[in-house]
Amino acid sequence: MKVLVAVKRVVDFNVKVRAKTDGSGVDLANVKMSINPFDEIAVEEAMRLKEKGVASEVVAVSCGASACQEVLRTAMAIGADRGVLVESDTELQPLAVAKLLKALVAREQPQLVILGKQAIDDDCNQTGQMLAALIGAGQAAFASKVEIADGHAVVTREIDGGLETVKLALPAVVTTDLRLNEPRYATLPNIMKAKKKPLDIVTPEQLGVDVAPRLATLKSAEPAGRSAGVKVPDVATLVAKLKNEAKVI
Amino acid sequence: MTAQDNVLVVAEHDHVSIKNATLNAVTAARQCGAEVHVLVAGHEASGAAHAATQIAGVARVLHADAPQLAEALAENLAAQVVALAPAYGHIVFASTSTGKSVAPRVAALLDVAQVSDITRVVSADTFERPIYAGNVIVTVQSRDAVKVVTVRVSAFDGAASQGGTAQVERVPAVADTGLSSFVERVVVKSGRPELADARIVVSGGRAMGSSERFSAVLTPLADKLGAALGASRAAVDAGFAPNDWQVGQTGKIVAPELYVACGISGAIQHLAGMKDSKVIVAINKDAEAPIFSIADYGLEADLFSAVPELIAAI
Repeated sequence: MKVLVAVKRVVDFNVKVRAKTDGSGVDLANVKMSINPFDEIAVEEAMRLKEKGVASEVVAVSCGASACQEVLRTAMAIGADRGVLVESDTELQPLAVAKLLKALVAREQPQLVILGKQAIDDDCNQTGQMLAALIGAGQAAFASKVEIADGHAVVTREIDGGLETVKLALPAVVTTDLRLNEPRYATLPNIMKAKKKPLDIVTPEQLGVDVAPRLATLKSAEPAGRSAGVKVPDVATLVAKLKNEAKVI
Repeated sequence: MTAQDNVLVVAEHDHVSIKNATLNAVTAARQCGAEVHVLVAGHEASGAAHAATQIAGVARVLHADAPQLAEALAENLAAQVVALAPAYGHIVFASTSTGKSVAPRVAALLDVAQVSDITRVVSADTFERPIYAGNVIVTVQSRDAVKVVTVRVSAFDGAASQGGTAQVERVPAVADTGLSSFVERVVVKSGRPELADARIVVSGGRAMGSSERFSAVLTPLADKLGAALGASRAAVDAGFAPNDWQVGQTGKIVAPELYVACGISGAIQHLAGMKDSKVIVAINKDAEAPIFSIADYGLEADLFSAVPELIAAI
């Protein structure tokens, strides 16, 4: 069984991003970029399926600028067998990415596609569900456990207040939540090996996909700030303030 | 006004009653278009459908009832919404685990973009939403005929659950897609309010040290305050608290009257989930912890002595 994993190159989670002062966008000059953390969990899950003998091949896909090759190399250092970059300098919104992935699913014929539940840059949380809809497959968003048996995926999902388990016919789409697994560190030999793994580059035009953005960003701004309050010397003062000043208890 | 000015809110319910998050979604929906209609899709859910008629500002309640709609499976619920979509200019979901799972499926089937987690309706086609863990607020305009949006629950007041006078209209249920089936749901029953709409939240971080200490120290405080329990991602990662307690960029976004952060340093991803709380209290022994920069009341102390003292004092 082939597994397709989608990975996105995003601003590293340790970077505090700011809006440009003229409101025209986000200041991304010289910031550190990394693989989206949830996508790293997706690659790890695919590798565990391969190590269990369930998956035969793991293909990592990324959509975006040429620099996305870096995150494909990261995915291959974790263990993905090969990479595919859909190269585009256009701003790719989730619907466009889902359409690109649909085209690749048609080419690669995976039985399972694993994606991160959310990219930590645009915080959209859409692409996996959109892909599932476009390919007419079942979906399990926010997975905390994935099991494959008898042509089905049985997936436990993180939901508000607890856990839900669904059974999906294959092919299916799974998006990862935090507790699904803890990704391994790529070892130096594996990082070196990843550099030699095959990496194909295609364009949206070659895949016949219109990636024009549907949402226009009119303005980017800093959120309303919250200023620091006061430090209180002891618990008694804190309780007095909460009762008499804030009146919340 | 044309029919396309009307707004469909996809209700969340337990077949008997409507979940609070839907009330917040109705408020956002009323700012988007003319009439607000609510879809209650379920099985033997007439109780929930009746409850939806009582929501202030709702003009019609559409009720689809069939066994394949019982568990709100994303594939079937999305198909149900798409069947009704031609009559609407907006389709609105609360940004809950169900809304986040189903809305993108609806948007893709309609070949339109989705606007996630809106915090303000600027106009019928323009919305504000946070990106980068809330460090930037973008104003986005949809160029699509139908706007599919999810609503950040904490950013909109809930519509009144009483006072509405809508009628229930049955609509045909869509067939089972057969793509997925429900196996089980394990929901932790507690006497506590739900994290997403609790008036007070008591939250713990990595400094709690263990799951035993997390519950031994924070549970009595939450009991005393009638609060929901929350946790930072660090505490969830360390196994001190369940994942659905996670407050932050990739967990729950909360805005209670009072948020008590115990042993939480205040990473930006956590602040993204709670900085709109009305009053924030931080208890941390690290004077430099970033949480103090947004706390209304900071107490620099060892939480293992301060929290019991606090319980005794309130």
